Amino acid sequence: MGNRCAVIGVGQTHYTTKRRDVSIAGLVREAALRALEDAGLTFKDIDAVVIGKAPDLFEGVMMPEAYLADALGAAGKPMMRVHTAGSVGGSTALVGASLIQGGVHERVLVVAFEKQSESNATWALSTHLPFSASLVVGAGGYFAPHIREYMRRSGAPGHIGTLVAVKDRLNALKNPYAHLKIPGIDQKMVESTPMLWEPIRYLETCPSSDGACAIVLSSESAATGTPAWVHGTAMRSEPIFRAGRDTVSPQAGKDCAADVYRQAGIADPRRQIDVAEVYVPFSWYEPMWLENLGFAAEGEGWKLTESGATALDGDTPWNASGGVLSSNPIGASGLIRFAEAALQVRGMAGEHQVDGARTALGHAYGGGAQFFAMWIVGRERP
Amino acid sequence: MRDVAIVAFAQTRHTDHDTGLAEHELIHPVISEVKELTGLKRFGFTCSGSCDYLAGAPFSFVSALDALAAWPPISESHVEMDGAWALYEAWVRLQHGDIDSALVYGFGKSSLGDLRTIMTLQLDPYYLAPLGLDQLSYAALQAAAVGADRQELDEIVRRSRADGRSNPYALDLPEPDGDDFAVQPLRKTDVPPITDGAAAIVLATGDLAGRLHPNPAWIRGIAHRTEPHYLGLRELARSASAADAARAAGVTKGPVEVAELHAQFPHEEIILRQALELGGDTVINPSGGPLAANPVMAAGLVRIGEAARRIHDGTASRTVAHAASGPCLQQNLVTVLEA
Repeated sequence: MGNRCAVIGVGQTHYTTKRRDVSIAGLVREAALRALEDAGLTFKDIDAVVIGKAPDLFEGVMMPEAYLADALGAAGKPMMRVHTAGSVGGSTALVGASLIQGGVHERVLVVAFEKQSESNATWALSTHLPFSASLVVGAGGYFAPHIREYMRRSGAPGHIGTLVAVKDRLNALKNPYAHLKIPGIDQKMVESTPMLWEPIRYLETCPSSDGACAIVLSSESAATGTPAWVHGTAMRSEPIFRAGRDTVSPQAGKDCAADVYRQAGIADPRRQIDVAEVYVPFSWYEPMWLENLGFAAEGEGWKLTESGATALDGDTPWNASGGVLSSNPIGASGLIRFAEAALQVRGMAGEHQVDGARTALGHAYGGGAQFFAMWIVGRERP
Repeated sequence: MRDVAIVAFAQTRHTDHDTGLAEHELIHPVISEVKELTGLKRFGFTCSGSCDYLAGAPFSFVSALDALAAWPPISESHVEMDGAWALYEAWVRLQHGDIDSALVYGFGKSSLGDLRTIMTLQLDPYYLAPLGLDQLSYAALQAAAVGADRQELDEIVRRSRADGRSNPYALDLPEPDGDDFAVQPLRKTDVPPITDGAAAIVLATGDLAGRLHPNPAWIRGIAHRTEPHYLGLRELARSASAADAARAAGVTKGPVEVAELHAQFPHEEIILRQALELGGDTVINPSGGPLAANPVMAAGLVRIGEAARRIHDGTASRTVAHAASGPCLQQNLVTVLEA
């Protein structure tokens, strides 16, 4: 699919509830400089900047790319802004990759961020257009019924979500950038936390984080250091309102996975993908996405989770970084999945490195589980 | 680069008031029109441009997707920018070589809020936005920096409004009269009208383009550049980014018969003519331009569509379209189209 593209630099900020020490510009610049350092480059080596974030209403800055041009060394260069709801971090990486694959640029800086402390995301997410009643509060209120339907269909026992919450938080303890580090986390602790949106408990949901993530993408001839090669990219969207839409396992997710697997030559994702960074903002989305992404048959995803297969030392580790459950700067969360997938195949994931990872999936979803962005990265050239 | 052409363009009959249509209701007819024009029902890629702040609600583009009947699921993306950048993203996607068509659209309803004040929120949130500098004020700073001849500015407004009156999609604005200032040196008649509207374009590659339109408008160059955000860091009377984008797109490689410029104020046209090195024989904004209809987030895409239309109808063989974003023309995108 076009020219070869590689991730040659990854930069992240330490995700946390409030970064009072930096402005939004300071935050994105921190991630960008770390990505450039990783790639052994400077802003001068970058041809274009692509920036992504979730809705502008989160920080109250309209089209913040205009203000951020200076901090990201974009002056004199092309700069684009992507917004595809929660999947935006993934889509932003794909737009950056597209600029390389389409032969337009040699090196592109991709940055995504959210500074949730300068806003109230749950409130911003609960605003609806006039004349349509809002029956939900925040994303959890929207997704909880879909989770309950998954439980009904699959017969999954109630503790599966707890297992994911514990597993991802244990992984987060090994990730220096993770927001939630909860020593001694166990099932009992998760179960003792308040119910927010049945069946989602407090510790089964993602935190609100400040943070930014950046990657440097390059063409084959401009690659430096240790590249992670892009083997496939895909986006899919479906309408939020459509009679018969399956919100438990959306068709757009299945189609997106099928497209990206076809490009990467993957017939059996569970066997061929060594590690997956999947957008799981509520613990129950792990078993749901295991099925949607073809890692498990319909109704079988929760069994895979229960067996420990998705743990860091399991045979198909999911969210070795701690995932969205441990760090959630919304606009950046998708890009973090894509960047962590790249770190894994570059062998640079530190303590949460999956031994011998050669092929990784980065996944993001957004809107009413209707927008999907995915890529497969590998250690070998495609 | 792979050959990509504009093969269909549709726009709403833009209005200066809220007609009661929701954003997705604005979009549906123009999408239907370009589907009919091309006979295509599915596209290799779809990309749109809009801005949540116009609707005053997050994720306003989500309901726009419902207008597309995106089923089975489609390969789709969105830029929180003018639809012109959505077209750029689609053009890049078509360069991969695996798909041969793309649908692009842009939309916005400025009538829902106070656009001049909303645009303040685009400024640096710590140092500039709290000052309350509104869109007219910062445009006036640039107009003062240009220091253009009043008669020249008046002529631009008069010409734009006259052209707009003969364009069925633009607004019917009267001959400008009155010396009242909006913000000095901008007169009330220098201010673009509040406008609601949408536009859609279909892109196609190589052979498919030839099959879909007898005169495809081939994209021979397309490029965009940004400048620093802070007005104090820029030479406001000039547009270095528009000049760079024009050079990268190859504007001066041939004569330009028609240029559609995203000039929201008359002084911006003067800046852009110079940046794009347009000669005196280039017809500027025969559609009336943004001074005759300014559907924010679609206005840049409309410029590309209008420039393509001249090639589609055989009245021009080489045209240029320009789109802008950010305060005082901070970002500029230039497209060169040929028959």
